[in-house]
Amino acid sequence: MDEFEGYRRPDGAVGVRNHVAVIPISVTASGLAKRVANDAGDGVRATPHGMGARQPAPAREQTRRVLSGVGRNPNVGAALVVALGTEEIDTDAIADDVAATGKPVETLSIREVGGTAAAVEAGIERARGLRAEADGARRESADASELIFAVECGGSDATSGIAANPAVGDACDRLVAAGGTVSFSETPEFIGAEHVLAERCVDQTTRDRLLDRVAAREDMAREMGVDLRGAQPTPGNKEGGLTTIEEKSLGAIVKGGTTPIRGLVDYAESLPTGGGLVLMDTPGFDVESVVGKVAGGAQVVAFTTGRGSTTGNPIAPVIKVTGNPNTWDRMANNIDVNASTVMDGESLPSIGERIYRTILDTADGRRTEAERRGLTEFAINEVHATAPRGGTGS
Amino acid sequence: MKGTVVDDVALVMDAGDVVATALADLDAGDRLPPAEGTPIDEPIRLEEDVPFGHKVALVRIDAGDEVQKYGEVIGRASDGIAPGEWVHTHNCESTRGRGDLEDAGADDPGGEAV
Repeated sequence: MDEFEGYRRPDGAVGVRNHVAVIPISVTASGLAKRVANDAGDGVRATPHGMGARQPAPAREQTRRVLSGVGRNPNVGAALVVALGTEEIDTDAIADDVAATGKPVETLSIREVGGTAAAVEAGIERARGLRAEADGARRESADASELIFAVECGGSDATSGIAANPAVGDACDRLVAAGGTVSFSETPEFIGAEHVLAERCVDQTTRDRLLDRVAAREDMAREMGVDLRGAQPTPGNKEGGLTTIEEKSLGAIVKGGTTPIRGLVDYAESLPTGGGLVLMDTPGFDVESVVGKVAGGAQVVAFTTGRGSTTGNPIAPVIKVTGNPNTWDRMANNIDVNASTVMDGESLPSIGERIYRTILDTADGRRTEAERRGLTEFAINEVHATAPRGGTGS
Repeated sequence: MKGTVVDDVALVMDAGDVVATALADLDAGDRLPPAEGTPIDEPIRLEEDVPFGHKVALVRIDAGDEVQKYGEVIGRASDGIAPGEWVHTHNCESTRGRGDLEDAGADDPGGEAV
């Protein structure tokens, strides 16, 4: 049995980290959240973002789902929800969602405590109190089947489809075989490969939902007046040898492995536990996409990159994998697993096993390169008024 | 690695593919020898430099023909391509998200041409 030492939460979920999350309701509280996290000591993480106090209903609902999801993520041991105090999203409702998991939660309103200076002081005090409470969490053995593992790619090149993605896919298959749950996303990067994914769906509902979401993304490119070719593949992808979105997609989807697709959820919607592969409908922008899956409950993320990416996340450890030998040479201190060895003859299952062990070691507490370097990017996907049917949150 | 490596320098992902991916910076004049599991049955001379990660044509591809990699269609030739030529955005284009081609596909649910 493959095990790790995790933090058992009152609702039974297991965290691989024990952060105090400082969650701002809007951009007006994001600066405060960062300040509090910086000054409150180790183990306090802010999730600053750019969403305004007022958003159209679908966008507001999506923001609310992300903020609740982040607070509920098992890697969070306690949470402080901060607001200016004039936001439409109800601070107490977010705090209640998080409290429903049994974790300590507090709220803070900049207006109520008397402005920024008082709020920083009160925020630091509350965060330290929550830190002390979270430190009481006990670590215990957990099974690999209790992991939700999210997979992302960014800065793709030709090596992504040849080395890093199939190697991570092999690790996904291993985790699913051990009873774990795997999720990958980035719907724009299903375009041209959706027929391959559709064949793997366990039922007609999932298949229809998948094809509908892909069509919606393709329509969105058209309706926004964007010729998809202008943006996908990106200039960097093209420099790295990728010619078309179809080629990028066919290389991208292998990062989820080869197991049947159990379902597809909305951006930031809770990922079902219980094992197997579940897709999430997210944008291609990697920071927002990772945040969607972490809000969905993912405790560990793997991020493949050919051209080199430094992205991390405040709540979930991000394991970087590259298949490009030049990127490995140049950016080894941002990369956890070198999969370019496939070009020297190492087999994909051998690299997949190394990645699988890295997932378990990371769950067990070993810090990733992104964590060592304090990289904690956070952004929420915005629902655009032009988003067509079936788009995220619309 | 999935697929067939030709002479340590090029990777053919699927026997039906018409392109190989360069596993090193290849130079004009380099040759790819015949290899089982690939469509190369006589040596191919590279017509131009092909950078690491980029694609080289293994067979004659006519304008309008589908271009196959991973055993799947990755696009369509926008120009005739000879064996040994570099295959990239100058001679191969996507068939997806193409508002400018909508007129031809009446049953496509897409929006206005852009």
